[in-house]
Amino acid sequence: MDRYKAMFARLDADNQGAFVPFVMLGDPDIDTSERIISQLIDSGADALELGIPYSDPIADGPTIQAASIRALDSHVTPDSCFSLLKRLRQRYPDTPIGLLLYSNLVMAKGIDNFYTQAKEAGVDSILIADVPLREATPFLEVAKSTGVAQILIAPPNATEETLSQIGEHSHGYTYLLGRAGVTGVETAADTPADALINKLTEYQCAPPLLGFGISTPQQVKTAIKAGAAGAISGSATVNLIADNLDDINAMTKALDEFVGKMKAATKKD
Amino acid sequence: MNQLDSKFGDFGGMYVPELLIPALDQLEKAFLDAKDDPAFQEEFTSLLKDYAGRPTAMTLTRNLVSNPKVKLYLKREDLLHGGAHKTNQVLGQALLTKRMGKTEVIAETGAGQHGTATALACALLGLKARIYMGAKDVERQAPNVFRMRLMGAEVIPVHAGSGTLKDAVNEALRDWSANYEKAHYLLGTAAGPHPFPHIVREFHRMIGEETRAQIVEKEGRLPDAVVACVGGGSNAIGMFADFIDEPSVKLVGVEPAGKGLHTKEHGATICTGTKGILHGAYTYIMQDKQGQIEESYSVSAGLDYPAVGPQHAYLADIGRAEYVSVTDEEALNAFQLLARKEGIIPALESSHALAHALNMADTAEDDTIIVVNLSGRGDKDLGHVIKILGEDFNGSL
Repeated sequence: MDRYKAMFARLDADNQGAFVPFVMLGDPDIDTSERIISQLIDSGADALELGIPYSDPIADGPTIQAASIRALDSHVTPDSCFSLLKRLRQRYPDTPIGLLLYSNLVMAKGIDNFYTQAKEAGVDSILIADVPLREATPFLEVAKSTGVAQILIAPPNATEETLSQIGEHSHGYTYLLGRAGVTGVETAADTPADALINKLTEYQCAPPLLGFGISTPQQVKTAIKAGAAGAISGSATVNLIADNLDDINAMTKALDEFVGKMKAATKKD
Repeated sequence: MNQLDSKFGDFGGMYVPELLIPALDQLEKAFLDAKDDPAFQEEFTSLLKDYAGRPTAMTLTRNLVSNPKVKLYLKREDLLHGGAHKTNQVLGQALLTKRMGKTEVIAETGAGQHGTATALACALLGLKARIYMGAKDVERQAPNVFRMRLMGAEVIPVHAGSGTLKDAVNEALRDWSANYEKAHYLLGTAAGPHPFPHIVREFHRMIGEETRAQIVEKEGRLPDAVVACVGGGSNAIGMFADFIDEPSVKLVGVEPAGKGLHTKEHGATICTGTKGILHGAYTYIMQDKQGQIEESYSVSAGLDYPAVGPQHAYLADIGRAEYVSVTDEEALNAFQLLARKEGIIPALESSHALAHALNMADTAEDDTIIVVNLSGRGDKDLGHVIKILGEDFNGSL
């Protein structure tokens, strides 16, 4: 069963795009994180993009770096993340779950071992922020043999060669970068990215989800209108966690309202 | 795809976000074009000669070594403008920045030496420099912060993470991700993603080339060993590059053992390290079992980095170069000894290389010529060393 394909088929039938929030596994601790992630799905998230905390997140801005630090301070490890993922998978058998992380966490376990553990935990896809196509071969091979989708990034400055390789290798979805830089709501995405989206279609890349700098329902609407299959919102979601660390009920309420608004914006006219 | 090989065996590579690949490709192309352009080479060479003071001297020590069979030479990069070898490659990369039509330079710095070198090159060549420096380092290295600002660079303290060099590198990479169209990331050592290890080596290789010419002139033969300290590894690779294909010349890299390899407080990545990916390269790094990067430590800020240049990792793996480590204490002794015996105050970094060379000299049984790369001068370290040795230090060893 391919959960991404099933999701995109369902959304197509309902004339909707996907809303995919990102949070860090174990932020601020494993138990609270389980409540947060469950809330995101209960509130209408179509899929999840989840980080594993890392000491040196070079592609992330201050918001997600702070989430990593909170989780590491709670002694969260890749293994405790996999245990949490297993529990989530049991409760939510159909929601596509993707991991977004850094290469050294994969290398420390060994690529084979890491992907196998991810698969067993019910993970559908893996995106490694610091593995460009040029270094992707060993990861793509293991992704294929373990049945995990390797998510590839299409940056705004992608060359034709890059796009054609994405077309050749992409499964699940394509992570479309809304702009240059690192994650964060400080700089908004440059939507619409029509031209790049058209190219992705031309090269038969997996459906594009737009990420980086997405924080408002209007941006989601614009992205989907431009042809994106949906939008990913990381820092804006994580901000709601950071702003409510001392009141979990207020946090889940804020997340519920946010996901509700963002999801509503995925309905096509 | 790359025109140059991006790997040294399994080591190196380009483990960076997809977004940065075009900027790295542009840099590789600019470097290769410049290499074939006599006008570029002439400008680089004349800056090295007339501005920085190359070639640097090679000094035979007079009093340092007691073993009569050993001649110990010092390659005097401490005499280069800026006070260390770093000026070489910074001038090269600053010229490449202009060649790519970029007007801004991003750099990271630990102790402030690479930042200072970057600031001087940018002042000279009319580039706008912004330099990331861990907040802790900004406090510890006030004179270098002032030097950089005096030469017109913007110094940005980094509070994220542990507030030291690796966090400054992270922040520089983030800045570059957003601004690569107008800004060049002027990486300070022979580490990081391809093509940096290649470029930094080529812009430092005159260290070894001059050494070869000078030793042949003085001794009529090649040295038995060249010795250099290794943090990221730029001065060492500059010294080694011209000797890699000379099997009779032993290449020795000296890593910082800090308070001892049995403690967690060291920076000896090759001697103790495990393999992994940091800052764009697969190499030896300091990490825990989960793959989280650990803090390195050394009395010498310039060696305090939890990874190492990928070519050193490769030279270690194939056995072409030997990597050893020297503690803070041994380095501090060598620092004092050189001052006392030869009237030269070396950088604490270079003192590590010297300490090991002195051990080699003590145990040599045959006629032996050793060249130590004295990569920098120690003036910058005086504040730190005064604190360690005490104000009432009277010079006795």
